[in-house]
Amino acid sequence: MTQMTFARAINSGLRKSLENDPKVILMGEDIGALGGVFRVTDGLQKDFGKHRVVDTPLAESGIMGTAVGLAYRGYRPVVEIQFDGFIYPAFDQIVSQVAKMHYRTQGAVKMPITIRVPFGGGIGSPEHHSESPEAYFTHTSGLRVISVSNPQDAYTMIQQAIASDDPVLYFEPKRRYHDKGEVDEALDLGAALSLEKARVVAEGTDVTLVAYGPLVKTAKDAALAAADEGVSIEVIDLRSLAPLDFATLEASVRKTGRLVITHEASQTGGIGAEVAASITERCFYHLEAAPVRVTGFDVPYPYSKLEMHHLPGLDRILDGVDRALGRPNSLSGLEG
Amino acid sequence: MFTDDAGKSGIAAGGPGNSAESNRRTGGDLVQLVTPGGERVSHPEFDPWLQDVTDEQLGALYEDMVVIRRIDTEATALQRQGELALWPPLLGQEAAQIGSARALRDDDFVFPSYRDNGVAYCRGVNPEDIVKAWRGNALAGWDPYTVNVATQQIIIGAQTLHATGYAMGIQNDGADSVAVAYFGDGATSEGDVNEALVFAASFQSPVVFFCQNNHWAISEPVRLQSHIQIADRAAGFGIPSMRVDGNDVLAVMAATRIAIDRARRGGGPTFIEAVTYRMGPHTTADDPTRYRDANELEDWAAKDPIARLKSLLERKGLLTEDLETAVAAKADAVAKALRAGTINMPEPAPMDIFKHVYSTPHSTLERQQDHYSRYLASFRDPAEAASEEGAR
Repeated sequence: MTQMTFARAINSGLRKSLENDPKVILMGEDIGALGGVFRVTDGLQKDFGKHRVVDTPLAESGIMGTAVGLAYRGYRPVVEIQFDGFIYPAFDQIVSQVAKMHYRTQGAVKMPITIRVPFGGGIGSPEHHSESPEAYFTHTSGLRVISVSNPQDAYTMIQQAIASDDPVLYFEPKRRYHDKGEVDEALDLGAALSLEKARVVAEGTDVTLVAYGPLVKTAKDAALAAADEGVSIEVIDLRSLAPLDFATLEASVRKTGRLVITHEASQTGGIGAEVAASITERCFYHLEAAPVRVTGFDVPYPYSKLEMHHLPGLDRILDGVDRALGRPNSLSGLEG
Repeated sequence: MFTDDAGKSGIAAGGPGNSAESNRRTGGDLVQLVTPGGERVSHPEFDPWLQDVTDEQLGALYEDMVVIRRIDTEATALQRQGELALWPPLLGQEAAQIGSARALRDDDFVFPSYRDNGVAYCRGVNPEDIVKAWRGNALAGWDPYTVNVATQQIIIGAQTLHATGYAMGIQNDGADSVAVAYFGDGATSEGDVNEALVFAASFQSPVVFFCQNNHWAISEPVRLQSHIQIADRAAGFGIPSMRVDGNDVLAVMAATRIAIDRARRGGGPTFIEAVTYRMGPHTTADDPTRYRDANELEDWAAKDPIARLKSLLERKGLLTEDLETAVAAKADAVAKALRAGTINMPEPAPMDIFKHVYSTPHSTLERQQDHYSRYLASFRDPAEAASEEGAR
């Protein structure tokens, strides 16, 4: 076990993948000499060369489209999108090419591309640097979408993503880059929890609280705070956003009968909507209350002095928990 | 082999373009080696690239062009008869496609657009597989790795980036094959094509950008896409270019050989503009009489690529009755096989809809698949279902 930051854990996972498979190529803007704007790729170009860790021209569609060509040639490109809000120029290549190539060619052409996306807010950035675009991609068949919440998963899941023969979007919570945690670098990937699985990170009996990425820590803090008031929250880290691990979600909701989902992304058509709808379909008779969503508002990401209103914090999450429990809450007395 | 040094091999960027080439022409006058009347005109720069083309090979090029036109005509007829949902005719572009495709080696890799059926044919794609997607029996008709041709791209220009990335892979592998991107004049307005040119130039990747300027992007004339000659744009990216008569199979072949040779020897990308004309509609759903002048079509009919090569063969005394008979017989046989293969194409099974979305199991999709198979099973006769159950 080694104590390291979230960013360092991704770096270490990338290094391991570069060492283990000569077909792995990292591509992105400023990932070479600079080591990326968040230093996640620090030192990798120096150790693996410019042909393995490639500084690309400043063109996201170009990066993604050439990654498709490299995958065609048998490579495993790992693409860094510098900031969440910069992914849209590459949207067409991701949705129309990366996601569909395997289906289009009836399995002949694989797209083992990993797309790393630093995402989410909370760091006081200018526009386009704090977004949570994951739902655009979970809606797209052919892609796997994951989000990591802690250094150990960051280290393990980046390697699993790269090893996957399917394209994987890997959403990393940029406001947690400097958080530290224990990482077992000797962990056998085969023995690690699979990429599709959610994890119960705090056991509880009264409410199931579902989070991913940056809000897993907030959700755990909320569970601790609620415990002081005698409320037992079970926190689930989704880890995989597409597909969702309904087996784990269902088992928890069957036990607690109450469901709260939280994410930074806007509410409409988000991950929370899918979790709420599917859980309602699958375990309606186990639910004691309607599922509750605690999410970013349906607004463009706001200027940074207002972002803490947009981002679900501990108190807003606990207000949602109260709603699920039928306890007094900010919406008490309102219908629906 | 790959090295980190910019401007040599490998995809490390930053250096000046490779300067080993003494002759890196940019755009310029239209290169024509055979006049519309079939007269071979000499060209000091291009002629050396055709020295090894035998009389027999000229006949083979003629056969290719006649056969692909026949496939194209047959496919159009099949669409009119309701056997294909749609078809994008290549009528008029036979020389551009055959001349370029026949300049490639088997291990070169082609990234075509949906109209490049002549290219697919030359690479060995079965004509039935070419029409498969247009019948709705698949999204794409062939396994790219069996013929080194990617499936035909419908998103305009997207494949130019794929070709460039593939070429970057070739560099890293230390191989000497070449990637070729086929696209049209309309595609040159797309961001992806411009980004592909940037990447290819920066990394000096072995890719040939083969642009068929067929003058029309559905109803939009080429002047709407480019204010200057398309080939002249390449200079802005630091990429050498050629502008050739796309209805002259020899000019196209020579230009492609020059570009391929440069890429193979580490000289980086080349842009070719093959000036041709889409004599038919954009697709069978289009009506060109709404947007273009009949006189224009007439002018281009006089420059027909097949008639031109035929005239050349005639002048050289190569257009024998034997050749004509053999070519006609081949075209007939291919068309007949295409028709039969199309009509008898096996229908996909309903549950095929779920296949190959992912390469590994996916829990959500497996559930939907299970539910849909139960739904389909609900229509079965209970007695039949029971007897099947018993047979197990």
